[in-house]
Amino acid sequence: MTNDLSRKDKTLGEALRSQGISRRSFLKFCAATASMMALPPSMIPAIANALEKARRPSVIWLSFQECTGCTESLTRAHTATIESLIFDSISLDYHHTLQAAAGHAAEAAREAAMEENNGEYLLVVDGSIPLGNPGYSTIAGISNYDMLMDTARGAAAIISVGTCAAFGGIPHAKPNPTGAVSVGDIIKDKPIINVPGCPPIPVVITGVLTHFLTFGTIPELDNLGRPKTFYGQSIHDRCYRRPFYDKGLFAETFDDEGARLGWCLYKLGCKGPTSYNACATTKWNGGVSFPIEAGHPCLGCSEPDFWDGGGFYKAISMPTENITKTTIYAAAAGVAAGVAVGATGRMKKASASKAHQKVTIDDLEK
Amino acid sequence: MTETELLTWVRGPGFQIATIIFVLGIILRLFEILMLGRKANLAEPKGSEMSSGLRTVFSRTIPDASTFKRSAFTVTAGYIFHIGLFVVIFLFAPHILLFKDIIGFGWPALPSTVIDATAVVTIITLVIVLVHRLRDPVKRFLSTFDDYLGWFVTILPLITGYIAFHRIGMSAPSLIAIHILSVELLMVVFPFTKLMHMFTLILARWYNGAISGYRGVQS
Repeated sequence: MTNDLSRKDKTLGEALRSQGISRRSFLKFCAATASMMALPPSMIPAIANALEKARRPSVIWLSFQECTGCTESLTRAHTATIESLIFDSISLDYHHTLQAAAGHAAEAAREAAMEENNGEYLLVVDGSIPLGNPGYSTIAGISNYDMLMDTARGAAAIISVGTCAAFGGIPHAKPNPTGAVSVGDIIKDKPIINVPGCPPIPVVITGVLTHFLTFGTIPELDNLGRPKTFYGQSIHDRCYRRPFYDKGLFAETFDDEGARLGWCLYKLGCKGPTSYNACATTKWNGGVSFPIEAGHPCLGCSEPDFWDGGGFYKAISMPTENITKTTIYAAAAGVAAGVAVGATGRMKKASASKAHQKVTIDDLEK
Repeated sequence: MTETELLTWVRGPGFQIATIIFVLGIILRLFEILMLGRKANLAEPKGSEMSSGLRTVFSRTIPDASTFKRSAFTVTAGYIFHIGLFVVIFLFAPHILLFKDIIGFGWPALPSTVIDATAVVTIITLVIVLVHRLRDPVKRFLSTFDDYLGWFVTILPLITGYIAFHRIGMSAPSLIAIHILSVELLMVVFPFTKLMHMFTLILARWYNGAISGYRGVQS
């Protein structure tokens, strides 16, 4: 079967059928994808048709300064879903975590794929790129920067998977010792789709791939380069705990009555109001749950600089510095300055009344 | 600067700078007034200064009948937007959290829908009040840049807060950052404009009452 799957001339439809996927389940997947991407139902046959006929696209996956969490998120689904099968059905020509080849053979596979599909392959990147010193992160002796620039040249589009590739992520966090940057920071001449998250939701990756296979274009992106269909609404706006926020019912601690009753986690530092992702709708682990449903505030992992956002457990409306201290010092300085200014005023008044010359009748008659 | 960096700055150093100017400015100006002192009154006192002063601090909150008759609109609109500001600033859960972080204790919040409606009423009232000020020849004549600046920095956080709450036009981190920035502008401008009346009104009312009390007349 593996041989069957890896045949490059096979269409996606054939590949799925060989995996025992019925037409009914395939169409169900197409319908779900269409609704997820906010497309009208009339687009379902078009998606089915395009996916059915799509040749398996060549995908090169580069992993730089990352933790492999993104790859884990995509490949460790508990059951084989159609999403993961579509992911299996792309021609993943290079992925140094998943591929069997090693050393020179692995690099040869990447170079061969680049040459064979020049201008057509998809480049997926996870991890940030260190600019501080090329030696901070290398693969087969090639620096991350060189490998990215070399591979990006012939790519049709780039998908930055995970917050590290999309925005720099944790390596980019202060004080950023490696000088880590995102893909978008150094590549300006290619279409880049950012799929941030730490890690991103698997179905979002397959959704983006499906869009690319169906329309041959990249989906509509927001101001941070994220597909609007998945990152169009904030977690807060789609959160099932939102009614509690509106009613003013909050969990004050992780083990109080409010926490047990499932009230809003805003006061515990939830970043839902400032985070855009699909967690609240598509959820995780096959739709089982998502962090807020498990009782933990959203960390805002799909936003730039989420690691430096002033603390995970500090509510967004709270200052990040110690304002009590600032207020006390400012008040003390205010008293000192006020006394000084007041004393100057009094002195001015005293000297003015001293210098005051009385006008007498005699003066007027002069 | 990314929008998250901007939000972190306005919540951190930005808010710190604004707090320093706000607190230092208010106390400086109050001391400036208090230290001016009063000329010794050589007349025989005919009553208590203190009790009359303290009573007036509260009694002036209710307009007397003739004042109300003369400027019913100003009094009513003034009440609406001042109460509106109080509700929006002090009874919205995220705001209470900010006060709790600074002073160590909080109080119950109103539902966000009530705050939302109050904000709309307050914004509309403030706009009407400005139109009235511009259309009334006496008010317009008496108005200075200070009055318009005070109005602007007051309505701005209301508008940016409303937009941030509904996430209109921009992404949430930018909108919240802009809202906090507008509050910081208000804090910086506050001690040096007529907005100081929030504190000086107590002194002024007390003084008015005290003068009458000293003379033994009703204030």
